[in-house]
Amino acid sequence: MSDDRSEIFSRIKGALEPLPERTPLPDYARDLPLCTVHPDFPNAWELFAHKSKQVNGTPLKGLAELAKWLIADGQTHGYCDPALVDKVRALPEFNGITLETEFDRTRFDDFTFGITKAAGVIAETGTLILKDQSTSSRLGALAPWVHAAIVDEADVYPDVRTAIENFGDDPSIIWATGPSKTADVEGILIEGVHGPGIQIVCLDA
Amino acid sequence: MTPKSFQQIDKFARDLPKEVRATVYDGSKSTSEKRYDSIWRDYPETADVLRETAGKVKQHTLEHLDQYLEQAEKSLTAAGAKVHFASTGDRANEIALKLMQERGVKKMVKSKSMVTEETHLVPYLEKAGIECVETDLGEFIVQIDHDHPSHIVKPIMHKNRRQIAKSFEREGLGDYNDDPETITRRARVHLRKKYFEADCGVTGANFVSAESGRMVLITNEGNARFCMAATKLHIAIIGIEKLVPRDQDLSLFLNLIGRSGTGQQLTVYQQFINGPKTPGQPDGPEEMHVIFVDNKRTEVLASECKEILRCIRCGACLNVCPIYRQASGHAYRSVYPGPVGAVLSPLLAGDKFPELADLPKASSLCGACNEVCPVNIPIPDLLLCLRDKGKREGAKNASAGTPPMGMYAMMASQPSAWKAAMRLGYAVNITPQAMMNVVPAAQAWTSVRQLPKWRGGKFRDWMGEHDKDAK
Repeated sequence: MSDDRSEIFSRIKGALEPLPERTPLPDYARDLPLCTVHPDFPNAWELFAHKSKQVNGTPLKGLAELAKWLIADGQTHGYCDPALVDKVRALPEFNGITLETEFDRTRFDDFTFGITKAAGVIAETGTLILKDQSTSSRLGALAPWVHAAIVDEADVYPDVRTAIENFGDDPSIIWATGPSKTADVEGILIEGVHGPGIQIVCLDA
Repeated sequence: MTPKSFQQIDKFARDLPKEVRATVYDGSKSTSEKRYDSIWRDYPETADVLRETAGKVKQHTLEHLDQYLEQAEKSLTAAGAKVHFASTGDRANEIALKLMQERGVKKMVKSKSMVTEETHLVPYLEKAGIECVETDLGEFIVQIDHDHPSHIVKPIMHKNRRQIAKSFEREGLGDYNDDPETITRRARVHLRKKYFEADCGVTGANFVSAESGRMVLITNEGNARFCMAATKLHIAIIGIEKLVPRDQDLSLFLNLIGRSGTGQQLTVYQQFINGPKTPGQPDGPEEMHVIFVDNKRTEVLASECKEILRCIRCGACLNVCPIYRQASGHAYRSVYPGPVGAVLSPLLAGDKFPELADLPKASSLCGACNEVCPVNIPIPDLLLCLRDKGKREGAKNASAGTPPMGMYAMMASQPSAWKAAMRLGYAVNITPQAMMNVVPAAQAWTSVRQLPKWRGGKFRDWMGEHDKDAK
């Protein structure tokens, strides 16, 4: 194996050695790749909500709104992050909804929704950020038909670049922009392939 | 009459069922239009600056690849991943199999990865008794049909819903139903069980940041997420050219790849991974292994066509290419179809270059592929470079469908022969078209084209008069 390594590196060096000069890393403006073409909004959350709706995401404001949405959609049993469950259960709007705080993979079909913490959102693209360290269960955030991520107002990032600058040391960061989708069959858009068919981001305001 | 000297790709395109041609044409054209609309809507002033900048970043990375590859290895190791190197495709397969066998892996789930198509990983593992399931919907259909992907991003662009419905019926996934939503739901239910049964998830990567070691996976369906939520072992098999220098460069590439590939500002999922799960968390891989694969990439790096290694596999050049739209991906007889494939496939073929030496000719050199490329690869220049290589190396396929130029070369280098040929050329004007078709090497042209009236020698006459006047 170490042989493969030294072989590859020596081949690379051999390939590059004859080059008379090498292309420098271009110095481009921080804002160059940022997309700024959108209507004006009073704050970053409103821009996020606008962008999220464009890709069929479901932005909600307040946990009570989340409860109303779940009940209206007939969702009555799901998974909830143990760190959020007391706060959620304390809301009268959640009456009639049962929550489990452990995602049992042998009964994965029993959970029609999952509630976990978001690490942030990106306004520029309508994107939800999940980090491994703050997601209580990767499966709870992925397997149920509905996933609701709860985000703090302080974690609304303006753009992709800022979100990247805030990666930190988390080993597995996921960005989700709208529900899971495919267009593999004749280019026809179908939502809910392997991941959530409905992606809710709920601002804890 | 059927010309004998068609290029292989022409024959394939001619024999393609009408239905397939229509499916491929519509799919590639509509995706191309979505790309155009989204990139110019969102970057009305700077779309081309973005492409050119991204191209320079990738070119810089390739020209410092030893440095960045070493940095990525260090970053990944520091974050808790184990890094392996494979000089060939076979070595990559061996390393992956050994990792699985040492851990008693019986079942593997896999997300889309072009490099594992190159190495033929799945048949190799299956031979060793490991059940392998492709989980991307398109790749899953390719797998149950024992077919090959015909597009880098949309593997089943060549299939319609009726064919897919028949395959699902055959595999016992329900009665015949060609509604795309029903097809997708059935795949969801079927593959869900596979994730939970599997011991190992295999992925590729779209980018690797040398700075943090983070590999980036770009998907829409969420299958790669599932592979890394339900299994305990993550193996990523990655070509060494996937590197970018810094995390911040990803903002450039992510904003380009979704728009270029499918017209999305971002695809649904971006995963940034540089290690196993956080200790104490219930789900996710306990081990992460990265296998960096050369498989002739260093040969390409040493060639005159190294720019092709910038490719980020968005498929925009396929969608815009008039040849791809007519011929479909299988016509390219290799893992990578379309304009990028016409350059990359012959190069990655190594000793078998002559067999694919006709691919660089599967282009009208219209330049559309270069115009849409998010990393600004000068594909037409590279095609010309490979046409030249094919000729120099005497590859028979490089001449298929082209009239021999030896006679022309002789005439063009001897003034008296040229003069005689100019006069003799008038015979063409009185030769019936049917008789022209008897020259086998010229049939590919003459069978479908009318020759214009011969007017040869006029310039020489004019030049003679002009000289006289000047004196």
